[in-house]
Amino acid sequence: MSMFAHTETNARSRLPGGKALGGLLQRLGLGGRGLVIAIPTLWLLLFFLIPFLVVAKISLSEAAIARPPYLPIWEWDDGLLNINLNFGNYLFLLEDPLYLSAYLESIKIAGISTLIALLIGYPMAYLIARSPENQRNILLMLVVLPFWTSFLLRVYAWIGFLKANGIINNFLLWTGIIDEPLIMLQTDFAVYVGIVYSYLPFMILPLYANLVKLDQSYIEASADLGARPVTTFLTVTLPLSASGIIAGCMLVFIPAVGEFVIPALLGGPDTLMIGRVLWDEFFSNRDWPIASAVAIVMLFVLVIPIMMLRKAQAVEEGAS
Amino acid sequence: MQGKSRFLKITAFLGFAFLYAPIISLVIFSFNESKLVTVWGGFSTKWYAELFRDPQILEAAWVSAKIAFVSATLAVTVGTVASFVLIRFSKFRAKSLLSMMITAPLVMPEVIIGLSLLLLFVAMEGLIGWPGSRGVLTIIIAHATFGAAYAAVVIQSRLVDMDLSIEEAAQDLGAKPVRVFFDVTLPVIAPALVSAWLLAFTLSLDDLVVASFVSGPGASTLPMVIFSKVRLGVSPDVNALATIIIGLVSLGIIVTALHMNRSKRNL
Repeated sequence: MSMFAHTETNARSRLPGGKALGGLLQRLGLGGRGLVIAIPTLWLLLFFLIPFLVVAKISLSEAAIARPPYLPIWEWDDGLLNINLNFGNYLFLLEDPLYLSAYLESIKIAGISTLIALLIGYPMAYLIARSPENQRNILLMLVVLPFWTSFLLRVYAWIGFLKANGIINNFLLWTGIIDEPLIMLQTDFAVYVGIVYSYLPFMILPLYANLVKLDQSYIEASADLGARPVTTFLTVTLPLSASGIIAGCMLVFIPAVGEFVIPALLGGPDTLMIGRVLWDEFFSNRDWPIASAVAIVMLFVLVIPIMMLRKAQAVEEGAS
Repeated sequence: MQGKSRFLKITAFLGFAFLYAPIISLVIFSFNESKLVTVWGGFSTKWYAELFRDPQILEAAWVSAKIAFVSATLAVTVGTVASFVLIRFSKFRAKSLLSMMITAPLVMPEVIIGLSLLLLFVAMEGLIGWPGSRGVLTIIIAHATFGAAYAAVVIQSRLVDMDLSIEEAAQDLGAKPVRVFFDVTLPVIAPALVSAWLLAFTLSLDDLVVASFVSGPGASTLPMVIFSKVRLGVSPDVNALATIIIGLVSLGIIVTALHMNRSKRNL
């Protein structure tokens, strides 16, 4: 370390005007502190925030057969600035029932999947939070472990489970419960299974973080006062874990609305989800302006869930 | 009370079975002789041999590994600086903006991140002629950006928990802020940096949607090749590939867990 420091000072003293440059930067408010702040801020401005402005801009332009496949929205013409804003893409989204039903379908599928994930995830999170301390970490790791293996391959595994001559059908035929294979793959059912399966850890983790902090004495007090376990659960445990429930639900719901891989691999041709519509507009139809408009509307749809998530997370942080 | 805990145990057991059954079936059927993935035809390792003869898969795996390595390193760098600035610096003008930008990618649908970055790259190419062509470089930038968001979550929680008095002691002994950061803060948060790097690496290795948007004709990542194969139906060599990935991930997690256990005991 000391060797590094040494060479560094040497390098600096060899640089003519290094001090003057430093002073100039300092006067511009870009001292060491400012530079440190600037690195992540500029990176994220350029590669996260500005891209959204570009999407907004292109959603207002007209599609064209060109490279890139849209017309510019402003042009200099003999010292005259021509601005052509084309709201046609948004009108088109309103007129064609395909888009509206894709948005509604996405919200419905994501909502029902979130509910199922909550029903499975809550008992699991509760059990882990109430386990002896030395077992908790192992159980938590078992929840997180599948998340570390490829998402795409985990979705793929369900094809083998759900298809006509897949594992579930073969088993049910073998036991004689059914006489002919059930059609499960390429249905909405398969999409629900895929979403619940893929996002279950996102439900369990915030629920666990909330439930593990829950003061056991409230539950004992409620039981001492003669409440039945069900009443205690409904009137004490459930309200106290509300922010954990909201955080978990939003962490499943938000990505599920825009999901592409799961409906593409497990859903049928009539499973319309907006992420898939955006993908097709972009890759198959090469209509970048419509794809951009679809993305902007999706963002507006997700504003309320995102705000709810932030609020729930703030409550959780305040509580810890 | 007894009935309640049995109910919990059964639900949790079914929950874990639900999480693990598909993964276990992938592994079992990767050793299946038969081409029909879900009908058992005897033990065989021929799909592994097939996998290693497929130049397209090998090439894509190499491209993915390179992208994941570089983007995870960038993600941890950006994520560390952002976390440090947000947790340790007193209020500054762009603080809430930075805080919003570092958490937003976590909840942004992948299709939107992919589309927006691609449109940015196309617009920049028109304006300043960079980045010339799309491929490995543009995928690295995209992965580093959303990887930084995940890295920041891990690193911030470690920075919050960290005992401030060691940093203050170093400062009192006359160390400059930069020196304090590299000699005191960084070694203390090193385990979190390792977890963050592994998380960013895995996310990059796993990403299909964002990479498909920002990639060019030259670069196909492993998920892109798998997706195009899987779209045509199940194929046993994908099972073999999945088993290898699951094996590597389990190995990585066991090694990290053992290492963290040991360093915890040493403290």
